Amino acid sequence: MIVAPARLRAGPLVGASAVLAGAAMLAVLVGPVRLAPGAVLAELAGRLPLVHTTSGLSPQEAAILWQLRLPRVVLGGLVGAMLAMAGAAYQGVFRNPLADPYLLGAAAGAGLGATLAIAYGPDTSSWPVDLLPIAAFAGAVAGVIGAYALGRSGGARTATTLILSGVAVAAFLTAVQTYVQQRESETLREVYGWILGRLTTAGWHEVLLVVPYALVSAAVILLHRRLLDVLAVGDDEASSLGLRAARVRLVVVAAATLATAAAVAVSGLIGFVGIIVPHTVRLVAGSSHRLLVPLSLVAGAAFLILADLVARTVAAPAELPIGVVTAFFGAPFFALVLRTARRVP
Amino acid sequence: MSAIELRGVSVDLDGRPVLRELDLVVPGGARLGLIGPNGSGKTTLLRSVAGLVPHRGELRIGDAPPGSLSRRELARRIALVPQNPAVPAGITVADYVLLGRTPYIPYLGTESRRDLAIVAQVLDHLDLAAFASRRLDSLSGGERQRAVLARALAQQAPVLLLDEPTTGLDVGHQQQVLELVDTLREDLDLTVVSAMHDLTVAGQFADQLVLLDGGRVAAAGPAREVLTEPVISRHYHASVRVLEDPGGGIVVVPVRSRESGGLLPSPPGDTSERQVAT
Repeated sequence: MIVAPARLRAGPLVGASAVLAGAAMLAVLVGPVRLAPGAVLAELAGRLPLVHTTSGLSPQEAAILWQLRLPRVVLGGLVGAMLAMAGAAYQGVFRNPLADPYLLGAAAGAGLGATLAIAYGPDTSSWPVDLLPIAAFAGAVAGVIGAYALGRSGGARTATTLILSGVAVAAFLTAVQTYVQQRESETLREVYGWILGRLTTAGWHEVLLVVPYALVSAAVILLHRRLLDVLAVGDDEASSLGLRAARVRLVVVAAATLATAAAVAVSGLIGFVGIIVPHTVRLVAGSSHRLLVPLSLVAGAAFLILADLVARTVAAPAELPIGVVTAFFGAPFFALVLRTARRVP
Repeated sequence: MSAIELRGVSVDLDGRPVLRELDLVVPGGARLGLIGPNGSGKTTLLRSVAGLVPHRGELRIGDAPPGSLSRRELARRIALVPQNPAVPAGITVADYVLLGRTPYIPYLGTESRRDLAIVAQVLDHLDLAAFASRRLDSLSGGERQRAVLARALAQQAPVLLLDEPTTGLDVGHQQQVLELVDTLREDLDLTVVSAMHDLTVAGQFADQLVLLDGGRVAAAGPAREVLTEPVISRHYHASVRVLEDPGGGIVVVPVRSRESGGLLPSPPGDTSERQVAT
């Protein structure tokens, strides 16, 4: 007989990539100024080496494409990919379907960091760097480190004690954040807007900020995807199979935390992506992390690009917070997938 | 040569001593049954041999000096079938058995053709080939237990530790699983140590029994020497009768002690009592 393990095959990946390419193209074309698909493709191709095309886009249209639409689409894709991948990784290492990238205090830490920066931060308009993303990034990382430091029970760090200490850390940080907000109530609106997530200020600067973290964390988590399947039998059995379960969890959580913190730093708290994208992929492609992690990455990018497209077009010229869109469309879509899928993990 | 050797091994769990200065030698190729009342340390003994709980004293696996084996090396020498194995949602039987190859697959690498061939061979051996692409959670209890055994066999470890391998199985499937383990032991030249609940079954499927009580070896030897009425009554606090089976071997049956009052006639009109009594 032939044993075929759950490996990543070309079919699903090509399919998901095609959806991503379609979503990205749509998001580039649609907006207050509509761009012609042929002209955009020609303009993009013109940037390739050895290719000389004239796109026919006016200078204004070219500026819209290069300075507004593209960086926003690329950033949305990166953030969506990282949140969905981090969600799949968290659900894997904690063997908990409700785990999301914000589980271990990353969200609360980032929230507090951003609130402190907004409320007490110096005026940084003349600075070369913006304080807010740095504060949010540092807060997210500090929150998770706090949860890890706290999450020991009888000398051992189990998945459950980690989750519980994450809950404690998140509650504490949120309390501090609320206290600061109450004292500095004029910052409420700005903090609230940040919490709901936004890609409005997206430019190539933000993209460059995120790319290194995205590359490193994606490489680490993709390399560990087979080991996430081993962890699925629990720490004890994984250990008896020769795996250092706690060490694998630490490495994967560290990588997922970097990805989450970088995403939060540039886009605020965009909820739901880390839960519904991996679960939808699981319902379609099965629960092996060998498929789940790479497919979540691609599907997460497509999902957030589309969500952002909706956020900026539905109530144009106003913009909806993207977190509202991900929940508003994500929840019913998820329910639909849940009802129609034959295989429920 | 001994497959496992424990010299003065003690284990504390949450500050409570569970194994105390335990000495035990398991010869290669042995078929050893671990018996003892609940909480006597059977599971902890198996887990400490598998390297899952820290111990004091000297624990030697094969010819390796104590403490010299890495986690991966240990997993190539000892395969443990836990009492309640986790069943990951959605995993296929083939993927589950492939987990047994973990100690051979490079840390960040992927399985080789050889790993897949071994999985296929094990599935064939255990009559699971038809189930290879079925989901593990869709299997019946007996089939699932065979899949768990298959995963342990894929580890290609010379020592197989079984923690109450027939929990939750009916009498027919119990026999099938234990006979399968017996056949595998002979085919593959394994050393098998099983913690067992049922004393009659333990007597039939083990050459040597080790009775644990309070974290110490209370009795050891062939079934006939260990399974005696006074020994069982002392360590299990149970009243049993040990009967001679005409087909050879012995049978341990619990008997209801007179004082518990269950057999006394109940007063007329008291239906609830009568239901209990009948």
